[in-house]
Amino acid sequence: MTAYLADVRALAHKDLVLELRARDTLPAMLLFVLSTLVVFHFVLPADSSALAAKGLLWVAIVFTALLGLSRAFAAEREQGVIDGLVLAPSDRSAIWLGKAIAILAFLGLAEVVALPAFAVFFSGIDGPTVAAVALADLGICAVGTLLAGMAAASRARELLLPLLFLPLAIPIVVGGVGASVSSHTTKYLGFLALYDAVFALLAWASFEYVVTE
Amino acid sequence: MRANRLPLLAALALGLTAAAIAMVFFYAPVDADGFNQKIFYFHVSIALTAYVCFGWGAWKAFVHLWKRKPGADLESYVAIHQGVIFGVLVLVTGSIWARYRWGHWWVWSSNQLVLFLVLFLFYAAYFMLRYSIEEGARRENLSAVYAIFGVVLIPVSWLAIHLAQDIIHPVVFTSHGPQLGGSELVTFVVSLAAVLSLAACMYHVELAGKRLDARLRSLRELLA
Repeated sequence: MTAYLADVRALAHKDLVLELRARDTLPAMLLFVLSTLVVFHFVLPADSSALAAKGLLWVAIVFTALLGLSRAFAAEREQGVIDGLVLAPSDRSAIWLGKAIAILAFLGLAEVVALPAFAVFFSGIDGPTVAAVALADLGICAVGTLLAGMAAASRARELLLPLLFLPLAIPIVVGGVGASVSSHTTKYLGFLALYDAVFALLAWASFEYVVTE
Repeated sequence: MRANRLPLLAALALGLTAAAIAMVFFYAPVDADGFNQKIFYFHVSIALTAYVCFGWGAWKAFVHLWKRKPGADLESYVAIHQGVIFGVLVLVTGSIWARYRWGHWWVWSSNQLVLFLVLFLFYAAYFMLRYSIEEGARRENLSAVYAIFGVVLIPVSWLAIHLAQDIIHPVVFTSHGPQLGGSELVTFVVSLAAVLSLAACMYHVELAGKRLDARLRSLRELLA
């Protein structure tokens, strides 16, 4: 168990150090989410409600996550690192967990900027929205990392990821929007937690088959 | 399935389908919603059949990953292919029903239609995934994992769509399910059996064709 956690830590650390040195994913995500929020200003007609803006916030989050996820396995693929990782004497699911943690860190950092920016541009952010964003991030990273691994193995690569990811992200969007705009917050937060648990378990159990033959 | 059983299955499917059509039009009574309600017998049967196909595809995918049974990947793919065909039919029949019942070709308040739209998008991506990977063990594994995700997504999406009703359309149409009396129930069961046997027949025909194709290709490679 401790060996497994040490593997996960080393793998997540590798991705974070790479990002710190190369800085190619996080700045792109930050700039993208800010540009998206600016686009939303022009999308919303003058008399639309604050609720519509809150719904759009979830569009921004899902697409920003997609931007980060499409680069998730870029380094592994270009340098052939993934073969080395698969050959390493560790459980293959550790590769998924380490990568998901790194993506979660990027997405979390992007949201630390995006949520206050949203509050300034549109309307205030309340507690349930923050809780829903945190829960949704877990599900997005769990499912998204597995699908990014799949997309990286295909010829279509980045083109394929949104097609695979968006149908699976619809329940996340429902839970997130529900928690932000409805008064029955717990119901939606519970649903997001259920989604996270189910799909994290499934992704953890099945990642081995994505990287091996 | 042995080749000599396939014509029997096809005959059974044909007989049941003919019986179902006859019963829907001449035996089942016209209920309070009017004549258009009769599409329900096929719409719901097709939807249940599509779920069975997706479930069967996921089960075969699981067998592939678990037992490494050769051929399970092809069976999984063919089942999902049939599921998508029946899924499109659900959208078409549901759309026709919505047009005559509520006056619109598409109603977001019909949970079953929305669920099938999500599933259609999901399984359409399955084909994109499958055909952008070289044939081989990697493709079989990725297709299998994705197929298993699909069968988990069905209940999760169903729950999500039910939850979304509260935030998106507070009160729209109340779609009470048709009350099934004796003759309606019999007609529905025959329709369901007809569509299921039709799906089983199409599944075996496609599978036989695909297997023949693979065999022919391997023979050609031996000759070359």
